[in-house]
Amino acid sequence: MRQLKSVLRTPLGLTATLLTIGVLVLAVIAPILWTDDADAIDTSNILAPPSAEHWAGTDNLGRDIFYRTLVATRLSVELALAATAIAVVVGLLLGTAAFLLGRRGGRLVNAGINIAVAFPGILLALFFAVIFGVGATGAVLAIGMAGAPAFGRLTQTLVAGIAARDFVAAAQVAGVGRLRILLRHVLPNIGEPLAVNATISAGGALLAFAGLSFLGLGVQQPTYDWGRLLFDGISSIYVNPWAALVPGFAVIIAGLAFNLFGESVAKALGVGVVGGIPKLPSVAAHLDDVEPVEDTRHSTDDVVLDVRNLRVTFPGVRGPIRPVRGISFAVRRGEAIGVVGESGSGKSLTALAISRLVDDSGRVEADRLELLGDDLRAADSKAQRQMLGTSLAMVFQDPMTSFNPTQRMGRQLAESSRHHQGLSKKDALERAVDRLRSVRITEPEKRAHQYPHEFSGGMRQRAMIGMGLMGTPALIVADEPTTALDVTVQQQVLDLLASIREADDVALILISHDVTVVGEVCDRVLVMYAGRIVEDLRAADLAAAQHPYTRALMAAVPDMHTDLDQPLAVIPGRPVDPSDVPEGCAYAARCPLASARCRTEDPALVADAAGHRVACWHAGEPLPLEIEDRELEEAEAS
Amino acid sequence: MSLASSVAPAPRVRVTSHPWVRFGVRRLGRLLVSLWVLITASFLMIHLIPGDPVRAALGPTAPATLVAAKREEMGLDDPILVQYWHYLQNLFTGDLGTSMISQLPVSDIVAQRLPATLSLALLAFICAVVVAVPLGVTMGVLTRRGHGRRTELGFTTTSVIIGIIPDFLIAVGLVYVFGVSLGWLPVAGNDTPSSYILPVFALMIGPAAILSRIIRVEMVAVLEADFIRTARAKRIPARSLYLGHALPNALTASLTLGGLILGSMVAATVLVENVFAWPGLGSTIVSSILNKDYQVVQAIVIVYGATVLIVNTLVDVALALLDPRSMIRED
Repeated sequence: MRQLKSVLRTPLGLTATLLTIGVLVLAVIAPILWTDDADAIDTSNILAPPSAEHWAGTDNLGRDIFYRTLVATRLSVELALAATAIAVVVGLLLGTAAFLLGRRGGRLVNAGINIAVAFPGILLALFFAVIFGVGATGAVLAIGMAGAPAFGRLTQTLVAGIAARDFVAAAQVAGVGRLRILLRHVLPNIGEPLAVNATISAGGALLAFAGLSFLGLGVQQPTYDWGRLLFDGISSIYVNPWAALVPGFAVIIAGLAFNLFGESVAKALGVGVVGGIPKLPSVAAHLDDVEPVEDTRHSTDDVVLDVRNLRVTFPGVRGPIRPVRGISFAVRRGEAIGVVGESGSGKSLTALAISRLVDDSGRVEADRLELLGDDLRAADSKAQRQMLGTSLAMVFQDPMTSFNPTQRMGRQLAESSRHHQGLSKKDALERAVDRLRSVRITEPEKRAHQYPHEFSGGMRQRAMIGMGLMGTPALIVADEPTTALDVTVQQQVLDLLASIREADDVALILISHDVTVVGEVCDRVLVMYAGRIVEDLRAADLAAAQHPYTRALMAAVPDMHTDLDQPLAVIPGRPVDPSDVPEGCAYAARCPLASARCRTEDPALVADAAGHRVACWHAGEPLPLEIEDRELEEAEAS
Repeated sequence: MSLASSVAPAPRVRVTSHPWVRFGVRRLGRLLVSLWVLITASFLMIHLIPGDPVRAALGPTAPATLVAAKREEMGLDDPILVQYWHYLQNLFTGDLGTSMISQLPVSDIVAQRLPATLSLALLAFICAVVVAVPLGVTMGVLTRRGHGRRTELGFTTTSVIIGIIPDFLIAVGLVYVFGVSLGWLPVAGNDTPSSYILPVFALMIGPAAILSRIIRVEMVAVLEADFIRTARAKRIPARSLYLGHALPNALTASLTLGGLILGSMVAATVLVENVFAWPGLGSTIVSSILNKDYQVVQAIVIVYGATVLIVNTLVDVALALLDPRSMIRED
């Protein structure tokens, strides 16, 4: 009921509901009130245009069109509902037949339904109109039967969905008869969608009926529905066009009302309560109080990427959400930086932000954001696109979905060279083949002519790297490049990245949730938590990490000495929800060292003399052992 | 690179040719079965009509001898299986019987009327696609995730409403505005090229609304795909991104609906032809039903139905050519 109320909250739903009620009320009262007015013959006033007395003029017997249209509401609605009822009942019989008859009989019925729905409704209606004869009864049967296959298909789909559920299987195992299962378990569960669809098709039936009557195949004189009035009116459209237009409008309004009402209810039931449109408000004050953290190291000429206080904000239903909350770092030529953190820590979004690929509903802000000295906060320009297209290579997580399935691989690689380096189609393709070869893809000429689905996952990821090499990249941003791959091919991809880096002095940002991968490939590691960098250290120092979160990540990695009989260590608690970042240190809730200060004051990222940065009030303090034990027990219990 | 060599060409050839054969056989089989059902249904139509179809056609005043002679001529007194056999035989030789009203061969009537209907349907379909594709793509881009909520609401509402209004009511409105009020365009017959304008418009506007809505939804979905992010990472111009990468992927799904629309467009002409007195099959089938000229009705039902079935089959084949994965999906 609450869901139905939400129908009234959308303007369209409200209008449709009111119109539907109006049409139904009119169907009841109009014949009672105005039948006499509608049937009054005035031969002195034939086919008159609209006047104060006759709002829509008169027909060829001088009868008032407006009243006739009102009175016709009942018959039109009645016939439409009758036809819908037939469609639903016959459709239910057809659709449940498959379930009741078992495999073979069901297949036959389904095949029949499938053949029938292939024909347009109007053709079925005409076919049945011939069999059932011209007239109101014939037309009701015809439209009902014409609608039945579609309902059969719907029922069949719904029944199949329910029949696959556990409770039906359980009932079947328990030896409950099929008919009983159908009546007790299946039908009650599909009633709602059926009713909604019946409402929608009542609108359709109303329009279809008007169509048949309009063709002269439906309601016959002296009775009249809207279609019949239209049929009579169109013949005199040059004398009094309103005789056709007024019933026409009535049909459209009533048809739309039923249809849209049904659609609105369907939407309300299916999607649940639809809230208001979330606006993009200005960022709330508390989001801005994050102090910009200075990267103490000086920018030098060999800096490829310089990021200062990077923030990414998205509009949310309950105010803006900021998954990246002010991060600063620099990448030097040929340097490999790893970014680690749990999912939701903002690491992937950071990658998108520094490559200018954040969905444009998100807002990227920074005190500085420069790639090769080019300000990425500036408005999008052709020169910058060219710079990014050639100097920045991206490798995404899922190679299976990251290529366009409708284009050959060679063309996808060649595309960027065609745009940014002005190469001809042929030259660009040659370059693509060459790059495929350089990423160790065998028979690159042949491979370039294949589609992505003909490549294996590892090959695709190597091709993706090859795509980045079409230009002269200074930086490769690889976002979880090995996560979706088999363990055996993961190493190949990492080796390839490492060799490219060595050969051309290309900088690499490797984003991963796997701290061992990062430690193996990178020089430096940035540890991210809840949209901030909590520790920035040399990969070689990982074993001597100071932040409790980094230490927990390291502890979660099994090594040679891990006792495999013991459960693997896990970090207790859940990652922070970016829409609800707590005050103080975001990690405090999960941190064994957390003190009162941690819960109120967010520690800044501070560097020591060696450039090791850490954001923690208790950096490097020994972890309480008993807590570790308790954690292990908890992990065991869960 | 043992991985690369393991995907050698030899087994793949077998894999690619096999589904094509299976697809062809299955699709052709379905077409033939559907055609058989259609023909049988149209044969049974005459026998399902309560009473004597000949008496109904000739009227209650017709002499009994005439009715009997006509029944004899149509073979209605033979056993039903014999009639069925003759019916199939005649159909294959192109003999669709004789109209009881005009005494003309039904095949002549169909041959004379079919071109007007097909040209109308085809023209309307082309117009619908020409309007719907750019409109749907534009709307998809404008309303991609996080954009143009108002535009989306306005477009969806408008297109839903237009899509619901039946073509013959639009036709009546067009007749009133452009024929009666303004007098700009012809509203009856197909004598001049300008007489195509209103019927084509009445037929195409609903399908165009529905098709453009589907294309918009597909575009919005495709624009969320990973490979669009990859394409964006190449920093190609927006035109290449939307038309080169997004559109082809949005179209494969939209094509299925487009095919259904083309099929139903042929049948949709029935009502519109009657508004515009279009000399096609639509006006003929209605007058034949009213005149109880059943052999003409039978033939036209078969022509409509067969057209729809053949169009659907061709669309499936086109889809399979464009997107080989759709073939497998049908399994």
